[in-house]
Parts: sequence; C-alpha cells; structure tokens
Amino acid sequence: MTAPSASAAPSFAPRDNYLTADYSWRSWLLTVDHKRIGILYLLSVTGFFFLGGLFAVLLRLELATPQGDLVQAETYNKLFTMHGLVMIFFFLVPSIPGVLGNFFVPIMIGAKDMAFPRLNLLSWYVYMIGGLVSFLAIITGGVDTGWTFYAPYSSTYANSNVALTAVGVFITGFSSILTGLNIIVTVHKMRAPGMTWFRMPLFVWAHYATSVIMILGTPVLAITILLLALERLFHIGIFDPKLGGDPVLFQHLFWFYSHPAVYIMILPAMGVISELVAAFSRKRIFGYSFVAFSSLAIAVLGFLVWGHHMFLSGQSVYAGVVFSVLSFLVAIPSAVKVFNWSATLYKGSVQLSTPMMYVIGFLGLFTIGGLTGLFLACLGLDVHVHDTYFVVAHFHYIMVGGAVMAFLGGLHYWWPKMFGKMYPEALGKFSAVVVFIGFNLTFFPQFLLGYLGMPRRYHAYPEEFGVLNVLSSAGASILGIGYLLPMAYLLWSLRYGPEAEQNPWGAKGLEWEKAPTPPPTFNFDATPIVTQEAYAYADDLPPEESRTQARLV
Amino acid sequence: MSDSHGGHGALAHHFEDLEQQREAHTLGMWAFLVTEILFFGGLFAAYVVYRSAYPEAFANASNQLDPVLGGINTAVLIGSSFTMVLAVHAAQQRRKWAIFGWLWTTIVLGTAFLGVKYVEYHHKWEHHLIPGPNFLFEGQPGGSEQLFFALYFSMTGLHAFHMVIGAGILIWLSVLALKGRFDEPGRNAVEMAGLYWHFVDLVWIFLFPLLYLLGRHQ
Amino acid sequence: MNPLSGIFALAVQTYPGSGTAPLFPPSASTISGEVDALYWFLIGVSVFFSALICALVIGFSVRFRRRPGVHATPIEGSLPLELLWTIVPLGIAMVIFIWGAKVYFRTVKVPSNAMQIEVTGKQWMWKVQHPTGQREINDLHVPVGVPIKLRMISEDVIHSYFIPAFRIKRDVVPGRYSTAWFEATEPGEYHLFCAEYCGTKHSQMIGRVYALDPVDYQRWLSGTVAGETPKQAGEKLFASLRCDTCHNTQSGARGPDLAGLWGSEVALRSGGTVRFDADYVRESILNPAAKIVKGYEPLMPSYSGQVSEEQLLALIAHLESLSAPQGAKDRP
Ligand code: HEA
Ligand code: HEA
Ligand code: HEC
Ligand code: CUA
Ligand SMILES: [Cu+2]
Repeated sequence: MTAPSASAAPSFAPRDNYLTADYSWRSWLLTVDHKRIGILYLLSVTGFFFLGGLFAVLLRLELATPQGDLVQAETYNKLFTMHGLVMIFFFLVPSIPGVLGNFFVPIMIGAKDMAFPRLNLLSWYVYMIGGLVSFLAIITGGVDTGWTFYAPYSSTYANSNVALTAVGVFITGFSSILTGLNIIVTVHKMRAPGMTWFRMPLFVWAHYATSVIMILGTPVLAITILLLALERLFHIGIFDPKLGGDPVLFQHLFWFYSHPAVYIMILPAMGVISELVAAFSRKRIFGYSFVAFSSLAIAVLGFLVWGHHMFLSGQSVYAGVVFSVLSFLVAIPSAVKVFNWSATLYKGSVQLSTPMMYVIGFLGLFTIGGLTGLFLACLGLDVHVHDTYFVVAHFHYIMVGGAVMAFLGGLHYWWPKMFGKMYPEALGKFSAVVVFIGFNLTFFPQFLLGYLGMPRRYHAYPEEFGVLNVLSSAGASILGIGYLLPMAYLLWSLRYGPEAEQNPWGAKGLEWEKAPTPPPTFNFDATPIVTQEAYAYADDLPPEESRTQARLV
Repeated sequence: MSDSHGGHGALAHHFEDLEQQREAHTLGMWAFLVTEILFFGGLFAAYVVYRSAYPEAFANASNQLDPVLGGINTAVLIGSSFTMVLAVHAAQQRRKWAIFGWLWTTIVLGTAFLGVKYVEYHHKWEHHLIPGPNFLFEGQPGGSEQLFFALYFSMTGLHAFHMVIGAGILIWLSVLALKGRFDEPGRNAVEMAGLYWHFVDLVWIFLFPLLYLLGRHQ
Repeated sequence: MNPLSGIFALAVQTYPGSGTAPLFPPSASTISGEVDALYWFLIGVSVFFSALICALVIGFSVRFRRRPGVHATPIEGSLPLELLWTIVPLGIAMVIFIWGAKVYFRTVKVPSNAMQIEVTGKQWMWKVQHPTGQREINDLHVPVGVPIKLRMISEDVIHSYFIPAFRIKRDVVPGRYSTAWFEATEPGEYHLFCAEYCGTKHSQMIGRVYALDPVDYQRWLSGTVAGETPKQAGEKLFASLRCDTCHNTQSGARGPDLAGLWGSEVALRSGGTVRFDADYVRESILNPAAKIVKGYEPLMPSYSGQVSEEQLLALIAHLESLSAPQGAKDRP
C-alpha cells in the first residue's frame, strides 16, 4: 500500500488517484479501498442486472401471445423466479449501497475509508460467492418457486434446485449484513471533525437508515431460508401441515424480512434523489430535518407492516386490519419526502442535465408506484388485486421506475467523480427519455390487466388480455434499448470522454469540494474540517441575496 | 493484506487514533450481536408459535430431554464465561501467558459442553428422535412431537455451531497472544471475542429452560 | 394520471378485434360494486396527487430553470407546510383505510343463510361439491341471488380461489379451512383463476363460473348426477370408520358425544377451551393427541393417512348437521 503523502502533489503533473495507484489484478481483487470495492460492485451488479433483464425479455416475449407457446410452463416459471431473485437479491439490494454508498458515504463524511475495510471486501466476496452458488443453481436446472419461496410448494413439492438457490440467497444475506454493519459504524465513528449529524448529506442519512434495516431484517431472512433448506433436505416438518407445521408461518418470517427489504431498496434511492435535487436546483433541500427523519421513520415503521402481503393467507381478520393501518402510516414519510423534493425546486436554479432528467422520472413514477401501494394496503381492494398484475405493476413502478432510475441518475451524477470522465450529455438525456417512455409502455398496461383480473405468474392467459400484453411487451423492448444506451456511452466515455473537472456540476459536498477527481487512495489530501451545513449553496450568493432569506407564504 | 497497514502498529491506516479505532470495533461488535439476536429470534418466534399451538405434544416431547445433562452444560457454560472474563482481564493487563491460559480454559470448557451435547444427540439418534422419515415417538410415528425435535435440533445445533466458531476464534487468539500481539496498547480483539462468547452463553441461558424445563411433568 | 394512458386507450381502440379486449372487468356480485367504488375513489386520489406532483416538478423546473445571472433563493423550509403535507395525506389515508376495512369486513362476514359449497384444491384442479351432492371439477355453477359460502382446503400446496367478476379471492391452504362468500347478481359465464402460484400448471388451474338464474340452476342440478350429499357421506363414514364405537350416546362411551357441540367452546384437559369448528374437528381426527377434551383419556387413534380431504369435509358436514341448535346458526 502506498503511504498517504501529507503534502499535496504538484498540481501540474497528473496525480495519482485510486484508479492509477496500482494496475495489477491483485491490487483490485485484494483491495481494501472502499472506492475500488465500489467499482467491483458496479461491475457485478451490472452483470446481474443484464442477466435479470435477459430473463425479463424472455418473460415478455412469452407473454406477447396468450397461448404460452414460446417456452414450456416449467421454463416460464423458472424464468420469473430467477428474474425476481436475481433482480432483488443480486441487483437492487446491493446496487446503490454497494456501489454509490460504498464509494461516497466515507467521502461525504470526510473519512479515509469505511470503518472495516477488510470486512467491506469480504462482503463483496460473500456476495459473489452467493451469486455464484445461485448461478450454479440456475445453470444446473433453475428454480421455479417464485422469489417468495412459499412453503409447502418450495419445501416439499417443487422439483427444482430449491436448496442450492436457498443456500445462495442465504450466503448473500450475510454480505448485506456486513455492508449494513460497516456503514453504521462508519457513520457513527468516522465522521470528520465538524461533521455533526445534522450536517450530514441526506444520502448518508438514507444509508444509515438502510443499514439499520439490513442488520435487523436480513438475519431473519437467513434463518428462514435455512429452515426452508432443512425442511427440504431432511423433511423436519416446520412448515409441513401434515406434521402440524404451519405454511403461513413461513410467510410471516419471509415477509418480516422482505417487506423491510423493499425499503432497503428504496431508501438509498431516496438518498440519491436528495443529493441530485439539491445539486441541480442549487438549493438546500427543503425541510432537511424532515427528510432526514422520514428515512428513520420508514426504517422503523417498515418493520411493522409485513402482514400486508398476507391479507388473504388466512391470518386473522384483526391482524389484517392492524397491518393495513400501519401500511398507510408508513406511506406518510414517503409522501413527506416527495413534497419536500418538489418544494426544493421552487425558486431554485434548475438545470435539466441528464441526472436531473432521471430525478424527474423518479418523482413521477415513484409517486404512481407509491400511490398504487395504497390500493394494495387497502383491505377491501387487495382482495381483488392481490396476486394479479396490479401488484406486478406496483412494484415495478417503485423498483424500476423509482429505484433503478435513481441508480442511473446517481451514476450519471457521480460518474465524473468516479472515473474523471464526462459522457455525451445529449445522448444521456435522450436515453433518459427512452427509458421513461419504454417504462410506462411496459408497466402501465399491467395496472389495467391486474384490475381485469389477470393473475401473476401465469404462463398462458385468456385471449382477451392479449392487447394489453402486447403493449407491455413492446414497451419492454424499448426499455431494453433505453438501458443498453447508457451502458454503451458510459463505457465509451471511459476511453474517449473529455476529462472531468473536480466539480463539474458546481455542487456542494465534500466529495465535490474537497476530494480531487478521481479521488486519491485516502480520498483527501488532508482530513477535511467541516464548518458548514450540507448543501450550503447560499454561501456562493452575492452578499445582499444571501441575506434576504426568503420567507414562504 | 497485512494486518496493520503501514508502520503504525496497532492503529489501522484509516483511523485517526486508537480511541476511535477502539470505539469503532466495539460498536461493530455490538451491532453484530444485534444481528445475531435476530438470527436466533426467528427460531424463538417459531418455537413460541408451536409451543402455544401444541402445548401437550411439546410437554411430552420435552420430557425426553435430560435436564441433568442440560443442567451440567449450563454450569459448564457459565463457568466458561467466567474464565473468558479472566482472559479479557488478562488482556487488559497485557499478560500474554495469562491470556493464553484463560483462553484455553475457556476452550476446554466449551469443548466439554460440545461433548455433552454430542452424548445427548447420540441418545436422540438411538431413540429415533431425529426428525424425518424415521422419526418415532414412543413407538408411534408421532405428530407435533416431531416439531419439537425439529426446533430442538435447529436451535441447539445453531447454538453449538456458534460455539464451534467461538472456540476457533479463541484458539486463533491464543496463538496471537503468544506471538505478543496483545503486548501493545490498542488491541481489543480478546475483549471483542469475550462479548461474543458471553452472547453465545446467554443464548443457552434462554434455550435451557425453554427446551428442557418448561412444561415438564413428574 | 399518466401521460401515456391516453395513448393506450387509442391503441386499444385501433387494434383489430378490440371488441374482445375489455379494459374493465364485468361486475357481477353484490360486493363488486363496492370494490369498484373504492377503486374509483383511489384512482381519483392518485390522479390528483400524481398530477399535482407532475405539475409542481415540471412547472418549477421550467419556471425556475437555470439562467445566467439569476440565483436560487435560499429557503430553509416551513413548518406549516410540513404539517400540511403530513396531515392531509394522513387524513386521506385514514379515509381509505376505514372504507377499505369496511368493505373487507363485508367480504369476510358470511351471511347466515348462505348455501355452503365444499371446495378442494389440488395440483392442478378445483374439486367442488354442492350441498345437494353434485360434484364438478374446475367449473362452478351457482344460482344468482343466493349467498354462497365456500369452505375450502387444499390437498397439497397453497392455491387461491379467485373470481375477478365477483371481486373475491381467498387463499386455499393445506391443513386448515378457509372460507369465502359471494352473491352473484348477473347471470353469465365468468373466469375462475388460481391466484397463488402452485407449480408447473398454475396457469392451467382455471375454470368457469356459471351464474345461473335460480330456475336454470335447478335445471342444472337435476340434469347432473347427484350422488351422496356431503352430509350423507359423512354419516356413512362415521359408521364405517367406527367412530360410533366410541362416540355415541350410551353412558360410559369412551369418547364424548359429538351431537350439539358445533360452534360451542369445548373445555380441554390442559386448561383453556377451543371452539368446536371445522379446523378443530379436522385436527381431532388427524392428530387427536394435540388437544384432549377435559374428562377424557387420549384414546382416540389418529386417522391420518386414512381419510382424504373430501372425506374429512364430509365428516365435518355430518357433525355440523348433528347439531344445529342455538348458537350454531348465527355464527359467521
Ligand atoms: C422498493 C420497493 C417497494 C416500495 C418502496 C414499496 C412501497 C409500498 N408498498 Fe409495495 N411491494 C413491493 C415493493 C415495494 N413497495 C413488492 C416487490 C411487492 C410484491 C412482492 C411480491 O409479492 O412478489 C409489493 C407488494 C405490496 C403489497 C402486497 C400486495 C399483495 O400482494 O396483495 C402492499 C400492500 O399493502 C404494498 C404496499 C406498499 C405501500 C403502502 C408502500 C408505501 O411505502 C408507498 C409510499 C409512497 C407513496 C404513498 C407515494 C408518495 C406520496 C404522495 C405523492 C402523496 C400522497 C399520499 C397520500 C395521499 C398517502 N406493496
Ligand atoms: C429490481 C427489481 C426488478 C427489475 C429491475 C425488473 C425489471 C423488469 N421486469 Fe420484473 N420482477 C421483479 C423485479 C424486477 N423486475 C420481481 C421481484 C418479480 C416477481 C417475481 C416472482 O413472481 O417471483 C418480477 C416479475 C416480473 C413479471 C411478472 C412475471 C409473472 O408474474 O408471470 C414481468 C412481466 O412482465 C416482469 C417484467 C420486467 C421487465 C420487462 C423489466 C425491465 O425493466 C427489464 C429491462 C432490462 C432489460 C430489457 C435488459 C437489458 C437488455 C438486454 C439484456 C439485452 C437484450 C434485450 C433486448 C434486445 C430487448 N417482471
Ligand atoms: C377408540 C375410541 C375412539 C374412536 C374410534 C374415535 N374417537 Fe373420537 N374421541 C375419542 C376420545 C376418547 C376423545 C376425547 C379425547 C380427545 O380429545 O382426544 C375423542 C374426541 C373426538 C373429537 C373432539 C370431541 C370434543 O368434544 O371436542 C372429535 C371431533 C372426534 N373425536 C371425532 C371422531 C371421529 C370423526 C372418529 C372416526 C373417524 C372418531 N372420533 C373415532 C375416542 C375415539
Ligand atoms: Cu393452484 Cu395456482
Ligand atoms: Cu410490503
């Protein structure tokens, strides 16, 4: 390891950064630098995204006709199961925390690295091993239980690689736990002098809240999956009604993790949106502390609503009522965030750059996705739309329209910092529009299909649902192109893109103001001392303007 | 990947000072133990659900466990927690031979625990009390009693697994102690291992009454 | 709500054969109108908030776009606004919650005069038996204007009984009974789907629901071989399985007399009570040791593996008919 040099390198020579510190394979695979680990994550989540996307393309091709003629029912079932598993456990959960969180949380709080650098690397390896085990399960036959693994189908009846997949997911869970642990300790103990809790960027708050969920929820998933594997291998009876076991208990345990997990996927995305909205409107986030605390509120309340996936499973009616009301409560902090972001734009200086295009996409689509969550949380309606395409549309609006958009937005925003290169702006905007259009065309018809009554996980369906399905499949191909474009030009930019300045957006934050582009191994030339709040855009204003603090209403 | 980065001894490269490093380690360990609690929590939840659904079957099944062996093991484990405290104490005073000695006492006690566990498991095996197709309860195929044993083996098995990991860590630390790794200030690995060991002990303190004692008749 | 919804409507209209491509399901039960009303209300709320957010975001982005020499005005936040947009959505959410819960209670509370149909799900078919003994597979014939109660159980994995036109759905779980009810209002032929993923042929576990005028229903009944009713079958089983050797009215019978117990609370040896209902009877037959009645010894053998789910349903129907006295009828 190179020792950090106290004095800044001469400014005229191309300086050493984390990318150029060492070029060997070894230096990448054994790195303990959080930035390099972030890049490792970037490579792997991209791979898994396209794998999951490939499954999605096959799903949509099959559903383009009602008969179910492209693949066999068994294959179709494996396709959506593996699509869901790969997208959730191997793409979306690790995506933002693993890539952007890893790279920027330490820099944003002025730390040299994560609190536990080796644990950080270990967590990537654990993730990759889990991924490989699951991949092995996929190529040696696949799984067909749905990503939810409901017992007793998964434990007794399925003839596919359930146990091996379960082991893969189990292993990956530990990666999530380690990441969460690392972020929590980093945020608590590694902040630079002057970086108080309420000076932290909202991105860091969001990651903190996410990590709390990760360390509290993931262990329960792990033990559940372990019990499932035991049941499957030794038939111990925990979920088998023949022995008095309870298949509904499996659902309780599963959703106790998997509902909070949806917030693991959306909170980091919300953190990204906060950063981008501030940077591209040149304003401090409206109601900073409300946005910060709403992340924690979501993290806490999110643990109390798992039963809303089980309204029809046979849990007691009163349990259903309680889970319903709590689900409505957990929606409120999300609403607060959306309103605060919108209000931030007011009297801002809004620049519609590529990342901001994604932000606008996020705001619209997340709102629709979230509002349709209210349909599902509403007991009387869920009786009809549960397990139909309405649910499928709901979560794709939030996860693809929301979280993936935020991930792409964040990637475009921080790309210059990460690699020191700019990408073609016009192409960036163009593909953001393509993604938006393709997305809506794919998933909006699914709301209609769902209310019409088309059940999810159907390999073939009645003729009359044909038109809407064709639209959806057409949309998916546009969406696919929309995702391939950024992939192409971002790769192009690595080699041919113009050099990025230290702060191309004129944004606030330690990563832009204090860290060189790309950052050196220890991030800063000297430990930064923080004297301002986050998003201190007002400081750049001419004195007379910054003094007239505008009053609202 | 050397253990200490650069020449600063116990202080890793990314920390400002030993104090910060120590606090980070401690917080990390506590956070880890929280995840452990939830890990076992899933099993405890399942236990509570089934215990209240099948009180009779669970009481009958629990009668098959030997509270004497369980009691001995409880005593052994509490003893090992005590010797672990002594090891931590020795580490704070940087007396490497004392560390080594107390760590090994703890390891021996831990192994004794596992030995007794083995005897118990073996006994269950001979009496067809292992859940699965060959399960027999008092000569019958057995209904919900099997659930009790499924939980018994999952819970004590997971606990025993934690003991094995713990013993492995202690062995490793005892080697480091002899190498003089704990001679300098700022090394708190023994303390962290101690927290873990006490946690594992604590889990047993819950398991013992729940599995062996609750609902016993005679 | 969505900029593209208009385009869809257009595309759908111009698509060949769009007459067979509905955008809204038929509404054919007493509950479906209520669910739809709730749906339209939520659509209204969603359109309003989505439009609001889109208008704010796009409006501000255009109105306050970056221009040289024009700076952003620093604004910290505003407590009144925060309260406003916490409380208003909270209020709306509570309205939705209460309304939704009300509709839900209607879908779970079975009218006392409902006609009971037994449903058994298995990979991959629905087996149905009418109270008059008729059996059918995958199809379901019901009279219009009569509340129908479904008592459902699965032989293997979890399924879910879903009739979109009636807006009802309920999981069908192995090892426990679930109930659903509906009252058809419009005669017609409707989809029946299995909504819970249950394996390879999940998408083929479908059927038709025929809502018939009561007259047509009678005609259908009389045109179909009736066989035994569940009650009769249950009575026979009770004798052939020798239940009556222990459960009879003689004094000194080894087992409790089962007449008149349906719906009441039974005291247990371990303390506490249990309601004498379908789930309890099922457990008593398959796993008698699980709960022992106060004053009795655990003598009853397990019938696990000897009776099928359909026979169990028959036994239950028999025991239910043994006891129609007070308290049993007005139970939901
Ligand atoms: C990132 C992922 C994510 C997120 C953030 C959410 C967020 C929410 N989800 Fe969703 N959900 C999923 C992913 C997600 N969900 C998945 C994957 C499934 C299916 C799993 C499976 O079965 O495979 C699912 C399923 C699901 C169900 C079960 C449906 C069923 O199977 O029948 C329910 C039911 O309550 C639900 C509700 C909600 C609610 C109320 C929110 C809320 O948090 C939303 C809050 C947001 C808003 C409300 C929008 C912003 C608000 C405004 C602009 C102001 C106006 C607001 C009001 C008037 C209140 N979701
Ligand atoms: C993060 C999560 C995530 C993401 C990003 C996506 C992305 C997509 N998902 Fe999916 N999805 C889930 C999570 C996710 N999904 C989950 C959890 C389920 C439930 C599973 C279950 O029921 O168990 C599900 C289920 C699901 C279904 C329902 C299947 C069923 O119930 O029968 C469908 C159907 O349309 C679907 C479609 C899509 C499409 C079109 C995309 C698109 O956004 C994908 C776009 C990406 C690409 C297109 C890849 C890029 C390009 C290439 C690989 C090159 C080749 C392609 C072309 C040339 C066109 N998904
Ligand atoms: C060998 C005698 C015996 C036979 C045969 C027997 N039972 Fe029982 N049954 C008992 C006894 C004793 C009890 C009370 C103790 C208990 O709860 O297990 C009982 C309890 C019950 C109960 C719970 C009664 C209550 O009051 O709560 C039901 C229901 C029942 N039996 C149904 C059946 C059916 C149906 C069959 C035949 C398929 C059957 N039994 C055959 C002896 C028998
Ligand atoms: Cu039965 Cu799906
Ligand atoms: Cu949820």
